[in-house]
Amino acid sequence: MTLKEIVEGLGLRALTTHECEDRQVTGGYTSDLLSDVMANARPGNLWITLQIHQNIVAVARLKDLAGIVVVNGRRPDDETLRRADAERVAVLGTEDSAFRVSGRLHRLLGDS
Amino acid sequence: MSRRLQADLHVHTCLSPCADVKMSPLAVLRRARAVGLDILGISDHNAAENVPAALEAACRYGLRVLPGMEVTSAEEVHVLALFDAYGAVHELQEEVYRHLPGRNDEETFGMQVIANADDEVLGFNPHLLIGATTLGLGEVVQAIHGLGGLAVAAHFDRESYSLTSQLGFVPDDLDLDALEISPRISIEEAVRAYAPRLPLIQSSDAHREEEIGRGRTTFLVEDVSIVEMRKALQGKDGRRIVR
Repeated sequence: MTLKEIVEGLGLRALTTHECEDRQVTGGYTSDLLSDVMANARPGNLWITLQIHQNIVAVARLKDLAGIVVVNGRRPDDETLRRADAERVAVLGTEDSAFRVSGRLHRLLGDS
Repeated sequence: MSRRLQADLHVHTCLSPCADVKMSPLAVLRRARAVGLDILGISDHNAAENVPAALEAACRYGLRVLPGMEVTSAEEVHVLALFDAYGAVHELQEEVYRHLPGRNDEETFGMQVIANADDEVLGFNPHLLIGATTLGLGEVVQAIHGLGGLAVAAHFDRESYSLTSQLGFVPDDLDLDALEISPRISIEEAVRAYAPRLPLIQSSDAHREEEIGRGRTTFLVEDVSIVEMRKALQGKDGRRIVR
């Protein structure tokens, strides 16, 4: 499933401006510890987190993640989003909790 | 004239809910002297209300206390703040209290005892000191530096509440003075594991009396001050960390 389809299916809000929406999403990973994401997320995963520190961008790029979903209506600061645009990392927002958006993504993707 | 001074810059007191209630400022200073420390950093979670008693006890025991605090950032990274004087850490405390939601539940998290230098209980801190502030990591470091203090990433090697666990790596624009490692690993192991671009110190993060001084850093400095210690961290003007 592509990122674009997931963004539409879950009603996510694009916080970055660049286009990379035909990226294939291989699964999801939900975690707020960046060390854990660095160790365990897989390439193409959509990462669900409440962390908004700018290091999320570097971790997503390092792990070649499909994008970052920031939960609970939290908004990364402008510097984080500027970096995300520069590094071509998709940052998406949702009012949902990590539990809810993870469940909805799981329903779309299955157990991947 | 330079002196070699042994410092444990990260020690809790009974103000921290997770510390042993027997860690009164007086008991902490007595133990610090017994284990041969010259400089002690008093750094409770998100508060500094036992610093005055520690400063008074330090005079009696002939040690130097650096007023400090272990601030929890919004990312749940622990940052050690150290100052020359109580006024600065008190100001930081005001800023922290403005950004620290919640009230302590003693049954769940433990007591937060404010004591004087004679081991008498003055009161109990009502804030949720175990919680996180809403201040971002950059804001915490900026606040500490604005008050003339040292900002150190606490227990850098640990898997909880550390800069590495929460944020994966040291952000390149973060203006820290040093990284602190716990007694669990050696300086050599830390250098091998992290290849840090920042100076390393080691301290105990003591929550119980017997842990005080288990991690320590030897400073070669002219006197005990933040300016001198910053020079030592940077290896400037003949000041340095002695390994």
